[in-house]
Amino acid sequence: MTSNANSPEARSAGPRTLGKVRPHQTQNEALLFEKSSPGKRAYKLPPLDVAAVDFSSGLGEAYRQNPPALPELSEIEIIRHFTRLSTWNYAIDLGMYPLGSCTMKYNPRVNELVARIEGLAEAHPYRPESLAQGILEIFDLLQRCLLDITGMDAITLQPAAGAHGEFTGILLTRAWHESQGNPRKKILIPDSAHGTNPATAAIVGYVVENLKSNADGGIDLEALTRQVDGETAALMLTNPSTLGVFESQIHKIADILHAKGALLYMDGANMNALVGKVRPGDFGVDVMHLNLHKTFSTPHGGGGPGSGPVACKAFLEPFLPIPVLVRGGKGEEPCSDAGDWEDTNAEPTADGCPPLFRAPVLKPDGERVGDTDPLPLHPFGGPLRWDYDRPQSVGRVRAFYGNTGMFIRALAYILANGPDGLRQTTEDAVLNANYIRKKLEDVYELPYKTASMHEVVFSDKRQAARGIKTGDIAKRLIDYGFHPYTVSFPLIVHGALMIEPTESESREELDLFIAAMRSIAREVEENPELVKTAPHSTRVSRLDEVQAARKPILRWRPQP
Amino acid sequence: MRYLPKSDEERRQMLAEIGAKSIDDLFSSIPAEYRLERDLTVPRQQAESEIVEYFRAAGQKNATDYASFLGAGAYRHYRPVIIDALVQRGEFLTSYTPYQAEITQGTLQAIFEFQTMIAELTGMDVANASMYDGSTGAAEAVMMAVRVTGRSNAVVAGTVHPEYREVLATYAKHQGLPTALVGYDPETGRIDLDTLDAAVSAETAAVLVQSPNFFGVIEDIPAIAQIAHARGALLIVSISESISLGIVRPPVEADIVAMETQSFGVALSYGGPFCGVIAAKEQFVRQMPGRLAGQTVDGAGNRGFVLTLATREQHIRREKATSNICTNQALVALMATIFLAVYGKEGIRELAEHNLAKADYAARTLGNQPGAKQRFKGAPRFHEFVLQTDEAPEAWSRRLLENKIVGGIELSRWYPELGNCTLWCATEVVKREQIDAAARVLAAEAVEA
Repeated sequence: MTSNANSPEARSAGPRTLGKVRPHQTQNEALLFEKSSPGKRAYKLPPLDVAAVDFSSGLGEAYRQNPPALPELSEIEIIRHFTRLSTWNYAIDLGMYPLGSCTMKYNPRVNELVARIEGLAEAHPYRPESLAQGILEIFDLLQRCLLDITGMDAITLQPAAGAHGEFTGILLTRAWHESQGNPRKKILIPDSAHGTNPATAAIVGYVVENLKSNADGGIDLEALTRQVDGETAALMLTNPSTLGVFESQIHKIADILHAKGALLYMDGANMNALVGKVRPGDFGVDVMHLNLHKTFSTPHGGGGPGSGPVACKAFLEPFLPIPVLVRGGKGEEPCSDAGDWEDTNAEPTADGCPPLFRAPVLKPDGERVGDTDPLPLHPFGGPLRWDYDRPQSVGRVRAFYGNTGMFIRALAYILANGPDGLRQTTEDAVLNANYIRKKLEDVYELPYKTASMHEVVFSDKRQAARGIKTGDIAKRLIDYGFHPYTVSFPLIVHGALMIEPTESESREELDLFIAAMRSIAREVEENPELVKTAPHSTRVSRLDEVQAARKPILRWRPQP
Repeated sequence: MRYLPKSDEERRQMLAEIGAKSIDDLFSSIPAEYRLERDLTVPRQQAESEIVEYFRAAGQKNATDYASFLGAGAYRHYRPVIIDALVQRGEFLTSYTPYQAEITQGTLQAIFEFQTMIAELTGMDVANASMYDGSTGAAEAVMMAVRVTGRSNAVVAGTVHPEYREVLATYAKHQGLPTALVGYDPETGRIDLDTLDAAVSAETAAVLVQSPNFFGVIEDIPAIAQIAHARGALLIVSISESISLGIVRPPVEADIVAMETQSFGVALSYGGPFCGVIAAKEQFVRQMPGRLAGQTVDGAGNRGFVLTLATREQHIRREKATSNICTNQALVALMATIFLAVYGKEGIRELAEHNLAKADYAARTLGNQPGAKQRFKGAPRFHEFVLQTDEAPEAWSRRLLENKIVGGIELSRWYPELGNCTLWCATEVVKREQIDAAARVLAAEAVEA
């Protein structure tokens, strides 16, 4: 018996193995407050080297009589508490995370290390610029990289996330229209768009006008022509669309808008399909945001922080949020000084400036001089400083300068890739999505047959006939050791399964995912109840969301 | 490329299985005239060791060995080691927003704990899962008050962080939301209550104040609440130094609290990522922006947590949502939760006491130097104070920098009437000898003269 139990057959027939997973134990863990007992401590302050003061009399009526009822625990308990909680999470580090539109790619660990380097992590935002040049150089290099990646002319790193970037981009749009004499009234948004787009337009005071997709799920040029008028401020377009489809008529879309004085805003959520292959600035986009937490590998962290830089064409530059990073002192000629950093890979030009520190020079044929020169890591030029004197600016969108920690991580990602790695990344992301499409299109309905870029959208049409919906399939996928894809989005696909593998998946992991999806499709035919009641292997089964919303319990309270 | 888990042979095989001749086939929907036929102009691919070297060099270029008295909305506190040890666990770091509750209970329970701690600290009933930062949180709180009251203007204290006010102005501009600014009492540095009383009308949705305010002074919240509530306006209290709540009475009379929690274990990081949060009275919860984690049960009766009340949010309500916020600051909120677990009930009080004591010593020592005096002495404050000097700050700042000390920040940048006034901050990490050294350098010129 003993030898039998160790045989390969016995192992593979082990109790609950499914695809690549077998359940393992996780520890129970109460809330911090339930574990607290008075007098336990996880801290020790150094002795006070100044006189203590009489706090209650010094503060008078502002004195807090009862200290906040925070939990009291020791250090080991806190370590175990959060470590145990962490084991209840799925994560990219555990496996494929195919959430469409979310770009759940590998988050390199060197990014975490460099973001914590003392001189960067401990820099106060109001320290004198002379003591912040290291950080400002990082801002500057990242800005120049992102400008070349997007093909745009100017950029702000200030917005804290994608939706905040949209807000900033539409503010720029509005400010420009105002400068032309009419802010205009409406923003066109395709029915396939992210929910943040209409919410953003509303916050900036625009009426949202829905634009119906055509039979291919793309922009309907006739409808667009009909709907764009002198009161249209912009079209907010995601490209590739949320179906993962590149708008091949993009130049016509831009022309239709521009003919009526409207702008083309691009939601850069799907930029992972484009980096190094095509640039929004080249195909007619006027203003766009990037998600550093999608395309540029900064971690999602369970919901944030993100970062949503906004890049725009030159005519929108005067409206950028304050402050704007500039090189050279006030009234000084930029690039007059060679700086004190060693230049490693660029030849200075006659005026002492490396090519990329000058405004782009256009040759008669439109080619930008300097475009093909390597970007120096350690540039020449005078010190960097913040410019607040920008009378046409839309103002500030947040305090300080943006999520600097995310800029450091994104730049580390760009440096690790280089031009060849960035292009290969995009190609692999698109390759992976098309591979999944090919291997699943015979079992899941493909509502739009247009070519896929970095993500593929199926529908649950065939499974729904058996009473199984996209949400059920998603939950069953958990039992196979995968995070679900994006469920029921985009809204133009009934019962959507939106799958974005990213470049970070090996062929082996993709094959396991495909096997899991095919196996679930079989289960839907043979044992639909198994799928409908999934997941079966998690700490908690499906949670009662109705109860959570009807009688919200949003905080712990002590039992009476 | 070391992040890409494929060999060229595997790529070829996969293309063959797809039925594509080359990778370019998969990009054929991009019109040829727009395809980028050159390398991007970004630095060449760097080895990991080169990346570390590059950022170390940048860090060293930022001077690290300076004593600093900077505050003004970004505070230097000691960060317990276990924070970074725990938030760098991949299960927290590389997880998405917990929409799939069955496999994100870790993040969800931690958010629920964060919400509970913030509610307890602020004296509010409920708190959300986080906002971008204190500045956008304050602006969103004002918009929330407009929705709650159906009224159309806001009254803002001039002692709210100037950059927070600028952010509010950007948001309010397109909401048809006029804002009136109320000045401060030149003796106390507190909002002028008579002016406030005159500014609040039956059309005022909210009064926004900050406490401790931008000058470090603690506002008279009960008195301000009385004025706001007498006309049916909501009171929003912005808090940029959250550690003050360890010893300063929470603003229980407020209707909404918009707080920056950077002080709870979050690195300064040149201004971000920080972590804002909105807390409020229970009856306003359905007008709150941002995510909320709530407690419920699964099919077997086990306690579990889910994101709830999502019908407020943009992915459901689109243009009718309470806010366009989607991504928040979850991992930073986790840092704050761990920080608060480390200090706990007694520690947060003791930590706040140390901050008060250091600031008290610094204010007395610096304010007693010849040619220097402390402003706004008439009201209680936390760990920041305003110093007025006979000598121009530009001059003594240079002397301090030569001695590797970063002194207070000049207020005339935002308050032209406060010439030669600087805002100083002394947290628990400032040492007595640093304060003494700053005082000596500050006095140097005056003594010589």
